[in-house]
Amino acid sequence: MKKARWFLILTIGIFLVFPLAAQRTELSFWTWRTEDVEKYEKLLQSFEKQNPGITVKVTGIKNTEYNTVLSAALSGGSGPDVFMSRSYGGLETFAQSGFMESLEKWVPELKNFDKVAMKGAISVKDGKIYGVPFATQTLFVFYNKKIYKELGLKVPETWDEFLANCAVAKKAGYQALANGGKDGWYLEVMMGAICPNFYGSNDFFDAVVAGKTTFQDSRFVSAINRLKELTPYMPDMYMGVSYTDMQSAFINETAAQFIGGSFEAGYFSSQNPQLEFDIFPGPTVKKGEPHYVSVYADGNFSMNATSKHKEAAAKLLRFFAGKETGEFFIHDLQQVSTVPGVDTSASPYISKVLALQKYSTPYIFLVGFRYNQPTGSTLIQSALQGFMAGKIDAAEVCRQVQEGIATYYEPFRKK
Amino acid sequence: MNKRTSETLWISFFIAPALIIVCVIIILPLFMSLFNSLFLWDQLIRQNFVGFQNFKKIFFTEPYHTRFANAMGNNLRWLVLTMIVQNVGGLFIGYFLSRRIWGHEFYKRIIFIPVLFSIVAVSFLWSLYLRPNGLVNAFLKLIGLPQFMRPWLGDESIATYSIIFVNIWRWIGFPSLVFLAAIDNVPMDCLEAACLDGASDTRVFFKVILPLIVPSIVIITVLTIIGSLNVFEQIYTMAGLDGSPNFSTDTIGTLFYRTAFGSVDSGKPEIGIGSAIGVIIYLLTFVVSLISIVTLGKKEVEL
Repeated sequence: MKKARWFLILTIGIFLVFPLAAQRTELSFWTWRTEDVEKYEKLLQSFEKQNPGITVKVTGIKNTEYNTVLSAALSGGSGPDVFMSRSYGGLETFAQSGFMESLEKWVPELKNFDKVAMKGAISVKDGKIYGVPFATQTLFVFYNKKIYKELGLKVPETWDEFLANCAVAKKAGYQALANGGKDGWYLEVMMGAICPNFYGSNDFFDAVVAGKTTFQDSRFVSAINRLKELTPYMPDMYMGVSYTDMQSAFINETAAQFIGGSFEAGYFSSQNPQLEFDIFPGPTVKKGEPHYVSVYADGNFSMNATSKHKEAAAKLLRFFAGKETGEFFIHDLQQVSTVPGVDTSASPYISKVLALQKYSTPYIFLVGFRYNQPTGSTLIQSALQGFMAGKIDAAEVCRQVQEGIATYYEPFRKK
Repeated sequence: MNKRTSETLWISFFIAPALIIVCVIIILPLFMSLFNSLFLWDQLIRQNFVGFQNFKKIFFTEPYHTRFANAMGNNLRWLVLTMIVQNVGGLFIGYFLSRRIWGHEFYKRIIFIPVLFSIVAVSFLWSLYLRPNGLVNAFLKLIGLPQFMRPWLGDESIATYSIIFVNIWRWIGFPSLVFLAAIDNVPMDCLEAACLDGASDTRVFFKVILPLIVPSIVIITVLTIIGSLNVFEQIYTMAGLDGSPNFSTDTIGTLFYRTAFGSVDSGKPEIGIGSAIGVIIYLLTFVVSLISIVTLGKKEVEL
């Protein structure tokens, strides 16, 4: 009798639970942008409305721990269905470990995406697409419009004009440049914004990637040397000035210029809505030459290869590849979306960044040399710290970078 | 069941939970990393067995060799400076507190307070103080010594020392208190006898007190060695994973983390080499601690 009663309860239980479980699919989505989780939740409400029966749970994981947590989860088989992934070398790690589903058959929209952006989502090893790229970043110089107006400065075109502007700002008691050297990665950003116009942008990039020249090429050495000319205009004891110090100097309007990346804009305006800033590309030697800016794909949305809900995950990725997400990136996050055909006219800043991208060159070490250790980025970051502090010269910087990369990079080894 | 077996069963029952935790959390990962260090890795996937190749790479191949030697050098700096400044300083503080100098109860608490602070909070606050326009430089300016103002954490030649100083500031209360307790435990009759024999304070300190507190010195020394070899959080919070600037603050802890997991801005993890570094850290800690326990233990005096 007792047994029969249990059986009854169990059967009813199963019947109650199963229909619900069958109808609802809960997708998990991970991002390293902990500050944007609420914004994503808002965006995804619209996705849930369009796709009844699918709900998405957004989880934010701290930027610096994201890779570690994600790789642990994926290798333990408990990873999210859809997750943000890094571009280039960062994509390679997860794609070649078999954790990512290739997306050719799932997301047909990717055919229309820009080639430069797609490069960050394609594995160099097998040539397959493993992500929906979400944004590109561009490196250039921010300037404070109010300070420029007050000092009667014009947007500089040539290197000499740029240095002259710096001198005027310094004399007037401003920090001419906000940039410091405590965080090595930002010295690489500075290199990416300033140097391409001196090392010969795409020509040099193509040659060095093919192994036809090296980083000890005189063009590259002299480009690095230009950075030293900026040190008189950097803050006092700039080697101790960290990334956050730099940001606050520009946000509090004590610094006239900030050499940085397009990703800063959202933070600048949220911290100081009164801040009036604009941008210009890295200066050139002569007037009238094209101004090249370093551009790179920021990251992608990828699918877990072992996801149990691939159909639903594909729907989410197609949503991420659509215009609604594109507009979300431009308006809510102030990022340059890679979704083709999104109207940017509502945001003058984004339109301007896109205009600068007319002359774009790959952000050299990230795009070309972050696939093995020691990565080009690790090498240039630490060498530039030694260089900016005056411990080593430009030739030594280039030698360290070249020899470090040559330990694994085949095209350099034949030499 | 006889009494003996039931007793054994009970004892095992009580030990088991702790033993399982130790095995799963400490011993298993140790052997896992030893195991992993013997393989070649492609990204996050384990490949073929390569024996001691990874270890060989760390010791003999560029650039691993330079990075490892540089990191070891910094660990040595940590060890030497912590031994000399923190532990000797702690010994003297402990001694003076035990002499009941004026206000000793107050000093005892003040000196111990930083030990209770979270390591991350201390590092974060001090990295604010040590900024170019932070408190330390402002103070130097105030007292008329602007020529000593420095980018404390941004200058290759002093960054490591700045971080070591902060850690000593945080931790000096610990050896002080241990030594104070040890000195307070030295039997009064020994001290009295020495005094009656006409020994000076210095002589009493070196000939009576010091030999009697050797057990505490051994404990503090071993803890310092372990601490100096494992130092990680302070560097991570004050200088970042890359041992910035220009690897001048890199230690084997940060080198291990960077190699095994890859840092955010620089890509590919090398788990095999990382595990090998982990194994080296473990062996070093074990061997050096063992040596110091054995050699220092011989100096112990029994009353």
